[in-house]
Amino acid sequence: MVPKIMKDEVAAVNNEEENVQEAATVSLDVNDLCLWYGKHQALYDVSIKIPANKSTAIIGPSGCGKSTLLRTFNRMHEVSPGARMSGKVHLFGEDLYSPEIDPTILRRRVGMVFQKSNPFPTMTIRENVLVGLRLNGVRDKKILNERLESCLRMAALWDEVKDHLDRPGTGLSGGQQQRLCIARAMAMEPEVLLMDEPCSALDPIATMKIEELITTLKTKCTVVIVTHNMQQAGRCSDFTAFMYLGKLVEFDRTEKIFTNPDKQQTEDYITGRFG
Amino acid sequence: MSNATLAVPPAPPQAPAKKWGDQAFKLITLLASLSIIVLIVALGYILYDSSKLSINKFGFGFITGTNWDSVAGIFGALPYIYGTLSSSLIGLLIAVPLSVATAAYLTDLAPVWLRQPVVSIIEMLAAVPSVIWGLWAILVMVPFLRDYIYPTMQKVLEPIPLIGQLFSGPIYGVGILSSGIILAVMIIPIITSVSREILRSVPNIQREAAYALGATRWEVTRIAVLSYAKRGLLGASVLGLGRALGETMAVTMVIGNKSDISASLFAPGYSLASVIANEFGDATTPMHQSALAELALVLLGVTLTVNIAAMLLVKTFTTKETRRVA
Repeated sequence: MVPKIMKDEVAAVNNEEENVQEAATVSLDVNDLCLWYGKHQALYDVSIKIPANKSTAIIGPSGCGKSTLLRTFNRMHEVSPGARMSGKVHLFGEDLYSPEIDPTILRRRVGMVFQKSNPFPTMTIRENVLVGLRLNGVRDKKILNERLESCLRMAALWDEVKDHLDRPGTGLSGGQQQRLCIARAMAMEPEVLLMDEPCSALDPIATMKIEELITTLKTKCTVVIVTHNMQQAGRCSDFTAFMYLGKLVEFDRTEKIFTNPDKQQTEDYITGRFG
Repeated sequence: MSNATLAVPPAPPQAPAKKWGDQAFKLITLLASLSIIVLIVALGYILYDSSKLSINKFGFGFITGTNWDSVAGIFGALPYIYGTLSSSLIGLLIAVPLSVATAAYLTDLAPVWLRQPVVSIIEMLAAVPSVIWGLWAILVMVPFLRDYIYPTMQKVLEPIPLIGQLFSGPIYGVGILSSGIILAVMIIPIITSVSREILRSVPNIQREAAYALGATRWEVTRIAVLSYAKRGLLGASVLGLGRALGETMAVTMVIGNKSDISASLFAPGYSLASVIANEFGDATTPMHQSALAELALVLLGVTLTVNIAAMLLVKTFTTKETRRVA
């Protein structure tokens, strides 16, 4: 799905000297996004350009709107009643909120992994990974089996589950379940993978495995990860956005945010003065 | 010094009293729950005791016998067992899809402002006395079905092999099918409200998982909600079946009260509960009374079995649920 030319551009971005925000292909382009839940405004004029095939972390204290922002990228906020928004989000130049876009099709292009692992308990490991393809009407056994193995390998789960693919997905450990959910999302070959605090319920070793995965995943798609763990953002993201009280305070390379942020508020949060 | 004081902490003065209170509370609740078991056992025993005469005379033949003649003193319960089971099953077949669909609509699809009013109305339906349902059925529903629906059903379905039999024969209006339909109306509220609670207990992250894969609303309901809840929904249905089996008044008014076993669903039948209600006042011979008591025993056995099955199903569902949450 990702155009070939982009690979070169991405290579160029790896050069530290480049001004990344201009050189990299923009995956998600957010303009003046405001969002309300009923009367409560959750996001204020957020504008951000998320580069393709990179991992971008969104950090900030609880309730700052980071998960809400993430959910506007696959229109998941529309599932909760009473949410409305203004502003624009473009995915590779395409307006996500134009009337021609069917949110169910969009969500196949923008995958999502949640805070709490949520494999379908009535399905086996195999069925969990392939459920998205099945919904799309893919019936070819060969394609399904290939995708099953490649996605489970990508999620670093294949060696652990290959001998019992027909056991229920909920029989796995917490970290394995979360990796199963990543495999399930990746089976749709999404252009963007959204991760909403994917490690907050996991122990350090399981967390480490997921963080290592992100390096692999961003070769396949753009990764956007919401986390309240600053060390995690430092470890596994190329770019970091800091949000506070529904506003985007600062967005830059992760090293810059963590070593020499432009805004005082960012520095206060990074150094642990609040939040 | 400090060690010694630590070793013998001053006993909290309230402790023994509190413990006694706990014990008493435990005992009282235990007795309360035991009394229910005692009640059921006593009920079963009394029914068994009063039906001894008939049990000794007919043995297992009571259940397989098709002839019920109080004058000749021959009692066979099979037509009534058939009437009870078939009308209840028809009721269940009609009620479950409607109830589950309603519950799914009310939990996931309906606009929020509409949900509570509809739930209240459904719960009010459960409070309508069964004799009123029976009256409505006999005055409104049965004539309508007899004049418009049944003849069409017969025309369309009778030519189909195998199931055609079920829709053959004369149409009286009252009969097994009519009582099945009125039973469906009566058990829809309970199945709907239990199903709704079960669907509401499906964690939202399950729905989100399906939405995030690009599922449509129907697909979300199917793969994330209904399949997660299917065991609980089965329990809800069996609970409804338990209600239907024991329902007396409305069924007596529309089933036709004729102790026949006919292949046709249009044919009149008779249910266990209806026979007891209709005949007990006129039962003069000890054998007749005893046979009616045995009918009650059979009915109790059937409903208890169904309800225990329902409880077990719902229980396995809820324990699975808590384990997942923990």
